Amino acid sequence: MTRVLAILTVTAVCFAFLSGLVYSIWQIGATTTPVDLPALLAGNLDDSGVENPVTAVLLNFRSYDTLLEIGVLVIAGIAGISVAKTSSLEDPELRTSDELLYALQRWLVPLTLLLAGYLLWAGSDRPGGAFQAGAVLAASGVLMRLGGIPMDFLRPGLMLRLGLSLGFSVFLLVAVASALSGSRFLAYPPEMARTLIVAIETVLTLSIAMVLLALFVSAPINNAEEPEEGGS
Amino acid sequence: MTPFLLYALAGAALCSIGLFGFILISHLLRKLLAFNLMGSGVFLVMVGLAQHRSGPDPVPQALVLTGIVVAIAATALAVVLIRRYYHLSGKTSLEDPAQNPPPAPGPRQAREAPHE
Amino acid sequence: MTLWLMAGLLFTPLAWAVLTLLTGFRRGRAITWLGIVIQVLVSLALWAVVAAEGGFQYPLGGWQAPLGIELRMDGLAVTFVLLTALVAAASGLHAGFYLDPDKDWHRYFWPLFWFLWAGLNVVWLGNDLFNLYVGLELISLAAVGLVALGGQSEALRAAIRYLMAALLGSLAYLLGVALFYGQFGSLSLSGIASALNQDIAVEGSGFALILMFFGLALKTALFPMHRWLPPAHGIARSPVSALLSALVVKGSFYIAARLWLELGATLGSLALAQLLGVLGGMAVFWGGWQAFRHSKLKQVVAYSSVAQIGYLFLLFPLTWNTTEAVIIQAQQAMTLQVISHALAKAAMFLSAGNLILSVGSNRLNALAGVSHFLPFSLFSFGLAGVSLMGLPPTGGFAAKWLFLQASLATGQWWWLVVLLGGGLLSAAYVFRVYRASFVEDSDIDHFFHPSRRLEIIPMILALLSLGLGLMAEPVLSVMALAFANGEGT
Repeated sequence: MTRVLAILTVTAVCFAFLSGLVYSIWQIGATTTPVDLPALLAGNLDDSGVENPVTAVLLNFRSYDTLLEIGVLVIAGIAGISVAKTSSLEDPELRTSDELLYALQRWLVPLTLLLAGYLLWAGSDRPGGAFQAGAVLAASGVLMRLGGIPMDFLRPGLMLRLGLSLGFSVFLLVAVASALSGSRFLAYPPEMARTLIVAIETVLTLSIAMVLLALFVSAPINNAEEPEEGGS
Repeated sequence: MTPFLLYALAGAALCSIGLFGFILISHLLRKLLAFNLMGSGVFLVMVGLAQHRSGPDPVPQALVLTGIVVAIAATALAVVLIRRYYHLSGKTSLEDPAQNPPPAPGPRQAREAPHE
Repeated sequence: MTLWLMAGLLFTPLAWAVLTLLTGFRRGRAITWLGIVIQVLVSLALWAVVAAEGGFQYPLGGWQAPLGIELRMDGLAVTFVLLTALVAAASGLHAGFYLDPDKDWHRYFWPLFWFLWAGLNVVWLGNDLFNLYVGLELISLAAVGLVALGGQSEALRAAIRYLMAALLGSLAYLLGVALFYGQFGSLSLSGIASALNQDIAVEGSGFALILMFFGLALKTALFPMHRWLPPAHGIARSPVSALLSALVVKGSFYIAARLWLELGATLGSLALAQLLGVLGGMAVFWGGWQAFRHSKLKQVVAYSSVAQIGYLFLLFPLTWNTTEAVIIQAQQAMTLQVISHALAKAAMFLSAGNLILSVGSNRLNALAGVSHFLPFSLFSFGLAGVSLMGLPPTGGFAAKWLFLQASLATGQWWWLVVLLGGGLLSAAYVFRVYRASFVEDSDIDHFFHPSRRLEIIPMILALLSLGLGLMAEPVLSVMALAFANGEGT
């Protein structure tokens, strides 16, 4: 009975939410914006160093968001490996020796690596970029992991932590170097903008892949005890 | 009315379906899926509404890309926490331990099954 | 000079997060303490700059809003930056002595701590709605990571619950941002505020504002959405609890307050303002009552946070549709309440941590006899409690006095009930802790004695909170100065 009541209440709440949202979207859709941001963006695109407007927004106009977003990713990685307190993330029982899987991997892994490289390169003038490339790279890592290929760099040691923070550190160094050279935090010198953006994207790709992979493999098994402060 | 407004309205529908699931479902992984559904709805509203208003607009597209990465980070962290919680307590939901009898012993002692 | 300071403020926490990630616990601690010194000095210098010259905008990457992201450094922002520096410095120092260096996972405390600090600074300076969203996520994920640190099942349960609430709150906020972008074509808060003055059709945006307030109130743990807070703040290590209660919940409240002060006059309504105020009032009573009833020390302090957060929401009804003077008064009251609660609550959690360390249990009745043994920590706890009760000359008193005046000036006498009743309830739960610790017939006769350094830090925080009532004038003058010239230079 309470279950039925709960479902009815939640349905009513969701329906009210939906109607409010639809009404709001409908109202907004019928007006015009006071600020024309796309035109402003197109006008400044030449100064950004890349031709793809989405990449320009991500890594130049709103690069602060992107910097912080990589920070969020690193936090998730840190928190992930901090609860998985094992000395090795490698699980021998997960290792398979399937001939078919190996054969498939010999084809798929180089192909995905190539695809990741292409996506990264394409990012400066057409859809693509660090995030897509990093996701594909992480996917090939997942494939290797599932196929039982040992990946020692994913042990929670210094290597893993270096990998996690590499993209973020390089991005941050560029930001700070720009501030130290007298302009604003994160302002690239216009003539170097393209080089810097491509460099940042490359290390970001590696770090994004690393974080996603680390989170995938930090399947936590461990028996280290810590008494809880707030527990009974 | 352009097709883009339809995307925004579909996004609104996804949001409310996700909200329904998020509130009602107690299984943590399914709750997380509901959250992701809601997230997709929000992104659809963001892009669709802006595109309906002023044509293809790279700014919301970049925002959505950022939003997706943030959502991935949060989802991945949640999955790690949920798996570990399941491992330690044998429970898949957050029901109050005071109201329920103690759960069956979790798979903590046993070696974790490969197909969990 | 200012540019260097801004770069230092933005850069240090992020860089220190990376540095401490690459080192172990002990070296991370040394690096952190160096970073704390830098951050406190930078914050103090920025405070002095704003006090002397007024607020300013800082366009990141040299791109002006709405194309780029502009930070807004005004009096309110710099006050919060300084407050964060003080409380985070105290918690960081305390954590350095409090956490066991031999537990391998404690090394991750430092990077998460620095990311949390970075996220808070993002929120205080944020003037871009989407940037604020990223800042909120930065704070939430770092906070969840800190709660889950150590990873036992109850801590994980609290962390997952916290994460779920935080995620729902962020999404509601982001949906509001999406609608705002559709309506105004801009993400800059001051840009939207100036567009609102041009008298355009904004029927759709009222709902967006409601969505954002829902999300932010959920993240601030406003009654009745507070249920995730006590487990998370209760189970975390004490320095973490201090950070969470003193600063993290203020982050989302601060965004709500900024939104309300900029856009509330056009997009808000009397019903929304009164609803938020009434929920705040109920939070004061419910949180106080739960704090009075709970049998665990840290849960008492956590529920007390629920109650104290409630006072903050009086800002909304007291600034709705009234004169400029009353609005300023309510803002001053809110600021003082945030500062005094942050200092007092950090002091309370840190001294509670010392007491727990000493008796080895979180239960109130295990505190019997501790008054002989840790009078110093117990005294800090009590001093912080005096500020929460709102007795003169504390910061809590000054805040409540200003709230009271603003209520009378707007004729909303019913908030007096909240202000007086809440004070009585706080007195009740603080005295309950005292009564438990003065029980003589203790069956334990061996207490662990935490080091002096652990005891001094909460005492300093408690004294600051106590003295805030006397120092309120310079604090408020900087804050109000920035509101006077609004957009800065």
